[in-house]
Amino acid sequence: MSVELQESLTTEGEVVSNYTINFGPQHPAAHGVLRMVMELDGEIIERIDPHVGLLHRGTEKLIEHKTYLQALPYFDRLDYCSPLCMEHSYVLAIEKLLNLEVPERAQYLRVLFAELSRICNHFLNMGAHVLDVGAFTPNLWMMDLREDCMNFFERASGARMHSAWYRPGGVHQDVPEKLLVDIGEWLDDRLPGLFGDAMSLVIDNRIFKQRNVDIAVVSREDATRWGFSGPMIRAAGIPWDLRKSQPYDVYDRMDFDIPVGTNSDCYDRFMVRVREIEESAKIIKQCLAQMPQGPIASDDRKVSPPKRGEMKQSMESLIHHFKLYTEGFHVPAGEVYVATESPKGEFGVYLVSDGSNKPYRCKIRPTAFSHLQAMDFMSKGHMLPDATAILGAIDVVFGECDR
Amino acid sequence: MSVLHSAPKFASNDGVLKTLKKALGKNVTAAQEAHGEIILTVKRDEIANVLETLRDEHEYQQLMEIAGVDFPERAERFECVYMLLSLTKNHRILVKCSTDEATPVPTVTTLWPNAGWLEREVFDMFGVLFAGNTDLRRILTDYGFEGHPFRKDFPLTGYTELRYSEEEKRVVYEPVQLAQDLRQFDFESPWEGTEYVLPGDEKADEKSDKEEKGK
Repeated sequence: MSVELQESLTTEGEVVSNYTINFGPQHPAAHGVLRMVMELDGEIIERIDPHVGLLHRGTEKLIEHKTYLQALPYFDRLDYCSPLCMEHSYVLAIEKLLNLEVPERAQYLRVLFAELSRICNHFLNMGAHVLDVGAFTPNLWMMDLREDCMNFFERASGARMHSAWYRPGGVHQDVPEKLLVDIGEWLDDRLPGLFGDAMSLVIDNRIFKQRNVDIAVVSREDATRWGFSGPMIRAAGIPWDLRKSQPYDVYDRMDFDIPVGTNSDCYDRFMVRVREIEESAKIIKQCLAQMPQGPIASDDRKVSPPKRGEMKQSMESLIHHFKLYTEGFHVPAGEVYVATESPKGEFGVYLVSDGSNKPYRCKIRPTAFSHLQAMDFMSKGHMLPDATAILGAIDVVFGECDR
Repeated sequence: MSVLHSAPKFASNDGVLKTLKKALGKNVTAAQEAHGEIILTVKRDEIANVLETLRDEHEYQQLMEIAGVDFPERAERFECVYMLLSLTKNHRILVKCSTDEATPVPTVTTLWPNAGWLEREVFDMFGVLFAGNTDLRRILTDYGFEGHPFRKDFPLTGYTELRYSEEEKRVVYEPVQLAQDLRQFDFESPWEGTEYVLPGDEKADEKSDKEEKGK
């Protein structure tokens, strides 16, 4: 169908077939600062050219000028909806170069909080997704649950969002026992009730289904070719999850399932995330049950700092502390690419070390890059309002996309 | 060396290097396995062919990332590193080639559609050209940006800054003016072979030079 306005008063006799509109960069459904130049034929999308980079802060360049430890908080500011999962890739990359052993309790704590971040991230994404297609209430309820997660992060690290809590060799501080008890109770009492209520409004909702089912269907082959990962590739029916196939920390001891989609549309992507929250809750419960007592950071004093109490007694500890927080630690020369399963997909860190105390190059592999790039071919032939549903189901955050 | 770290564990590297070296033959100029990563360095002009072989015959279906790295002291200063992932073999390898400012690298957009943006990013940040990429625009930097910010000789502060001008009622671009120099803290131990002049030491030489001239 092509719209042709002939001899129109507004076009002064010119024949108009297609027109181009600007979606964003200040549009609430653009999930941040995305500008999309859309070529429309009536209300049908012909072509989309996403312009990213409006939030580019040069993180990778800044990291090259900081020591390994100083660079860590930059990772919180990438995907600010799941900050701890961003740190996870980075600390694992450093540990891989150092070949550093991490105590068991620290591994459990990292897995526990990575999964809590995943739940927290999916709440935000699903809330925004249903809001984009017209439902208001579920978002408010999930924000309420998100607030609980934020309080847990605050009790562990002191910060609600930018935790900076993972460290090469473990985590920064141990958590109070009461926090673990409270997380367990929250999973049993509060999460299933409120989350179940929110989902009961959405999952079988006629309008929600009309807006999402059969929108942006991507075949398995296309999902592979376009470099999809995370819920996007699982919705296409490929059971690919790095937590399962390439386990890190204690994921190999966890018993959980990988939800996959059947139809590979926006509805499946949403449902994969719904099921993932349930699986994450299972993982957290296992962590709480299995977590041993013990140290929460490596005892290699060349990498992780001594306890405050030791520093009052021992000169050596004092020197170690001073050296770690001024010079930092040196990492052996070499290069590694470490990718973990962040809530949005494969989040990778390519770390090149020249043997000094600063990374020579730290390339961050954002999840959003390949997904957003596929926006053009996924939206082709769909209606303009479908673009918001497709974008919502991709789950983009521009802190991470633009770096 | 035994593996102590808990970073992601993919399928074993045993024999992979040998098989790939044999399959790619002369196109491989260097191959190494270090820190658990297999890294193949290949001839620049053959990169697209090599990656096609790896994709079609060795099951590396996904291109996850292309990273640029700048080594200003080398003759061919840039490295392009391609991260490949095999979903079926559950394995990762890194393939790289080197280039300079003027020599283009063959594009891989013909093999993977998502290489388009990845190559655009390397072009934007390092100025590496990709022959055959039809859409080599800048991607992350500002409209009308000049220079390639991730090159090692590009200053951290950049060259321009912008502010909203009340007089002109728009955002204006101006050269960077810093109230104080950007401080680079270097805490590397002077006993471990760092090469820098301690503040004030540079005057010692000047002084002795002058004294010699005076005589």
